[in-house]
Amino acid sequence: MIFLNQILQGIFLGAYYALIACSLSFLFGVMRIINLAHGSFIVVAAFLLFVLADRFGLPPWLGLILVVPVMAALGWVLQVLVLERSLKGGLLVPLLSTFGLAIVIDNLLFEGFGADTRSLAPAIGDLAFASWTLSDDVTIGQLDAIILLAAIVVLGGLQLFLAQTRLGRAIRATAEAPDIVGLIGIDARAVYGFATAIAIALAAIAGAFLGLRATFNPYSGGMQLLFAFEAVVIGGFGSLWGTLIGGIVLGVAQTLGAFINPHGFLIAGHGFFLAVLIARLYLPPLAERLRRRGRKAVAA
Amino acid sequence: MTQTGPILAATGLGKRFGALVVLEDVDFTVGIGEAVGIVGPNGAGKTTLLNVLSGRYAPEAGRITFRGADVTALDVAARCRLGIARSHQIPRPFGGMTVFENLLVAAAAGAGARGRMAEQRVLETLALCGLLGLANRRGETLGLLDRKRLELARALATEPALLLLDEIGAGLTDGEARGLVEIIGAIRERGIAIVWIEHIVHVLVQVVGRLVCMDAGRVIADGEPAAVLRNAAVIDAYLGSATHAPAHG
Repeated sequence: MIFLNQILQGIFLGAYYALIACSLSFLFGVMRIINLAHGSFIVVAAFLLFVLADRFGLPPWLGLILVVPVMAALGWVLQVLVLERSLKGGLLVPLLSTFGLAIVIDNLLFEGFGADTRSLAPAIGDLAFASWTLSDDVTIGQLDAIILLAAIVVLGGLQLFLAQTRLGRAIRATAEAPDIVGLIGIDARAVYGFATAIAIALAAIAGAFLGLRATFNPYSGGMQLLFAFEAVVIGGFGSLWGTLIGGIVLGVAQTLGAFINPHGFLIAGHGFFLAVLIARLYLPPLAERLRRRGRKAVAA
Repeated sequence: MTQTGPILAATGLGKRFGALVVLEDVDFTVGIGEAVGIVGPNGAGKTTLLNVLSGRYAPEAGRITFRGADVTALDVAARCRLGIARSHQIPRPFGGMTVFENLLVAAAAGAGARGRMAEQRVLETLALCGLLGLANRRGETLGLLDRKRLELARALATEPALLLLDEIGAGLTDGEARGLVEIIGAIRERGIAIVWIEHIVHVLVQVVGRLVCMDAGRVIADGEPAAVLRNAAVIDAYLGSATHAPAHG
């Protein structure tokens, strides 16, 4: 039963990873951009929510109503000022420019807020630690349940948006062939702007849950980026449901690692990520060889 | 906009790539609902002319009006929304989207169509282009002929008043090309003006009522197809490069 509880907690943790990873996955799927400043944007949103809660007593749920549009606007600016220009320089330039942007954002946050560790948990009272006890060994945190629900709603909503709406279809078309969508009347620059705005608005939601379930400081972005990255790679770049599964697999690997050895949390996650990465590199050629041998056997 | 004037009028178009002059002082008009064919040897500037008309390239000289309004400064997307659509020689479907979605995204962005209306228009266009049976197939799974049909259908879904076609028959067998000619004829009957570049002249003249011949960036003949094909300058520039009539590009 303790084992079952560990897996359950891993799933909840994984849902959080899926939430922080979905906009990374979305942005890569649409614009082939790996946004290394992603973690920093999550932390920016967390600090904005913290200020709203701390100074103005606005609970994070309400704070999001203000912070999501602000972050979306920041996303648009990011696209126009940084990504659009960087994309013209090839694959490496967006990596370098977003990496640089992450350093700038982290240090601006440090200038503004100092090195103190903050949390949004005090702003939601009991909910931060309330839980349902299912048996002696199995408990479910209510906040964890909300995070799992939020991950499913956000990823499902994003999937539905891409499949069923005018803008969603325009984004998919632009992702496939940015150079020719003009021929059917789509303004590719505007589509990129909307897509980045959506991605950074999603980072705001991730920032809320970062602050609610844990603590953060100006330099927390790097770790969030790392976990998000691992979730996306495990699930397959550009696939949204894959990102949910990747996040959950990562979360379960980490909690099981910690179950085996108290120091095993991070190493189990990273180890699993590396295993998947290596499998991705070596398994497809191997499978292809086996298929070919199979065909030869049939032909003979 | 005047009812009788041309739908598209280009005057004095000039375009160069570095030192290479690709278009020089080209005048070109298309009447409402008219179908015009463009022929000429490789490198004559035909595709560049189409790219300047569609807005992909800005001309260094000249002016383009569409339905009486100056569109010279507008980009491809803006001109498409006004009613100028273009298909490419090498079809580029949105491979991960279904055939239906390929048209739906075009109808939404190019024609501003919404909801049921958009879906209805898309179904009509699919039927016209013989793609109804493939509506739920992904673009990347189609063969060349169906890709060409999709390229044409996607351009049509933007509800153009003027359709620019770039060698849509290239790479097809005679039988396949005949099928496309029927579709293009039906498009013409709907009152959509067509400008069509094609090396396969005998296919082209089945649809167009007027032929323009280009050579070295200039228009060297313009008029009724049979007359243009008899023109000495055309024979010299175009047919003279081959020993026989250019049945295939």
